[in-house]
Amino acid sequence: MTLSELKKGVVGIVKEFTDLEMSVKLMEMGCLPGEEITIARIAPLGDPIAVNVSGYQLSLRKFEASTIILQ
Amino acid sequence: MKTDLRVALVGNPNTGKSTLFNTLTGLNQKIGNFPGVTVDKKTGYCTLTDGRTAEIVDLPGTYSLYPKSKDESIVFSILADKANPLKPDLVVVILDATNLKRNLLLYTQVADLKIPVIVALNMMDLAKKSGITIDIDLFSKKLGVPVIPVAARKGEGIDKLKEAISFANKIALQEESIDVEAIAPQLIAQISSELQLDNPYYALQLAHQHEDIKFISPEQNDRIEALEKEFSFHSQKAQATETIARYNFINEVLYDTVKVPETAKEESISNKIDKVLTHRFFGLIIFVGVLLFMFQSIFAWSAYPMELIADGFVWVQNSLHHILPAGPLTGLVVDGVIGGLSGVMVFIPQIAILFAFISILEDTGYMARVTFMMDKLMRKVGLNGKSVVPLIGGFACAVPSIMSTRTIENWKDRMITIMVTPLVTCSARLPIYILLISLVVPNRNVWWIFNLQGLALTGMYVFSLISAVVVAFVLKHVIKGSERGYFIMELPVYRMPRWNNVAFSMYERAKTFVVQAGKVIIAISVILWVLASYGPGDRFEKIDQKYKQPQYARSLKPDELERAIKSEKLENSYAGVLGHTIEPVIRPLGFDWKIGIALITSFAAREVFVGTMAAIYSVEGNAEKMESVQQKMKTAKNPETGQPVFTLAVAFSLMMFYAFAMQCASTVAVVYRETKNWKWPAFQFAYMTVLAYAASLLVYNLLR
Repeated sequence: MTLSELKKGVVGIVKEFTDLEMSVKLMEMGCLPGEEITIARIAPLGDPIAVNVSGYQLSLRKFEASTIILQ
Repeated sequence: MKTDLRVALVGNPNTGKSTLFNTLTGLNQKIGNFPGVTVDKKTGYCTLTDGRTAEIVDLPGTYSLYPKSKDESIVFSILADKANPLKPDLVVVILDATNLKRNLLLYTQVADLKIPVIVALNMMDLAKKSGITIDIDLFSKKLGVPVIPVAARKGEGIDKLKEAISFANKIALQEESIDVEAIAPQLIAQISSELQLDNPYYALQLAHQHEDIKFISPEQNDRIEALEKEFSFHSQKAQATETIARYNFINEVLYDTVKVPETAKEESISNKIDKVLTHRFFGLIIFVGVLLFMFQSIFAWSAYPMELIADGFVWVQNSLHHILPAGPLTGLVVDGVIGGLSGVMVFIPQIAILFAFISILEDTGYMARVTFMMDKLMRKVGLNGKSVVPLIGGFACAVPSIMSTRTIENWKDRMITIMVTPLVTCSARLPIYILLISLVVPNRNVWWIFNLQGLALTGMYVFSLISAVVVAFVLKHVIKGSERGYFIMELPVYRMPRWNNVAFSMYERAKTFVVQAGKVIIAISVILWVLASYGPGDRFEKIDQKYKQPQYARSLKPDELERAIKSEKLENSYAGVLGHTIEPVIRPLGFDWKIGIALITSFAAREVFVGTMAAIYSVEGNAEKMESVQQKMKTAKNPETGQPVFTLAVAFSLMMFYAFAMQCASTVAVVYRETKNWKWPAFQFAYMTVLAYAASLLVYNLLR
């Protein structure tokens, strides 16, 4: 399952990434394998999404979320 | 100013770095550019506890030393390049105490460059409030550097920080964070020995960034490239390995030093606000409301100060005309230079108010939410969530709006935003539209409540937004961008705006605008003044002599005589000759030579139109007498056909021209300043002129 398929409010755990370039940026922002992640809200037009990770809130597009594989 | 040591501030965005900078330096700071790039360089001076003076350099906020935008690439080159004139003696890394984990990544990278470092642990007040406890001594011991808890907004801990800067060691004493050499052992060893480097992390960074770095020679660059191939080094894989190793170290540092309660209070408040402000339905309505309020205020609050400034300049000009002897030099100074300056100065209130709003929206964290809500919509037309704000600001003035595009990290998105922002109906077009609409559109109501003139004006505003979006969509396919677009962005916690920061931003932007745009606008006003005041050959003398003949003095009153001379001189001035020259080109649009002069003078600034029309129709040109300009224009007849000059077709054709044409020297100047390449303002000028001509031609022929 990828982050883009996660239901709002459900806790997921980051497992790995499908896109190396994106993963470097995401890991720098504290979105690492083993880290708990939840979807906090979805933008009014359905994209992007806001997630709680590593103690703060991060926004990313659905496409970017689809490169994050959860456990 | 002589300084004893140079201190660089480094930290993530939203850690209160700028607030700390302002607190340390007070108003004793200046904004410039880093050499060769359009990145704001803020430097200031701070008197330390021991009486020495430190120069403080505020480096752009970044999450890592691997740059994602041009702003961020500055950080590494200043910290690492030994020859850089800005290389600091000491780095203060600012960490957000409420989010230490992510903040520490940058710290470990900077620390591994082996520059003397101290840590300012900011937002301690918020951390305490949300129940986070930090064992500062243990934390400091584990990192091997002084850690100073501060609350920059409240000014707490600043003296301690100054003290720590005074007593900071000249050599780097921090603990090793990760085993850098393990990432690429052979490559690092080889680069270190060939380039004679003593720091393995610097060598590794060179391996990653050598293509974009200016401070290494082409030979060194080629050599690093060859070594990378030899040891099959993969930059992104190495970065991923490094980041994971760093977070392992960070987790080790944090596990017994920081205790975070299950749910942090501060975040829940922010979440509650977000539930309303980014609500599926109300979120967008609130956003439109905020925009309307901002738009309304920019107009309403700036009207009075703008009038004051304009009147003030008129007064100064009149007084100077009385004091100084009449002559060409007085004319140049009073009408050319001071007249041109007043054209710049009247925009100060709008710029200040717009930037007050923008800095409040940014400071509170609402801007990040606007970006979040609008991204999908804006992306469809080739823009970015962050383009919304400059486009809306464009209703006031394109100049500050183009300056505000700096928040857009993606180069292509930023360029498209800069290219289309001047299409949005700015306040300088308003007097022109009002004048022309009142000439040709009847002042009566349709469907009971809608005033026809009001509808026409609203139509021009809506039309401008549509054209900006359409052009953006076309440019999306024309401009090629190499950077990959991301929207991986922090949504900062809501905060109260820092009012002194708002005030400083208003002052700083207004000053930048006056200085930068002022230079160009003064130059162009002087040129236009010369063109309109002098004519080729002895034409002016002949006019003077003609009106000296007694029949004119008998039949005309003195002021009528003066107007007649003025108008005939204008026709024979270089500007008038120019107007006649371009007449064949603009004739298909329905314009005559007089409108031609107004078009030419308007290329300095659109608002010159009304004044020029007034001068041409021999009325003293100022906005207060618009009624009489309107009368003159209404009764103006084409001398050949005897038909009125300003028909519905001509008026709308002219409005189309003003809607599209890049008639604003300040905007051209600011686009150059922001892009640092004449190619962009030239392209913008060309495409807008072509569109203006085509739209006018179309409208004129449709309505004729």
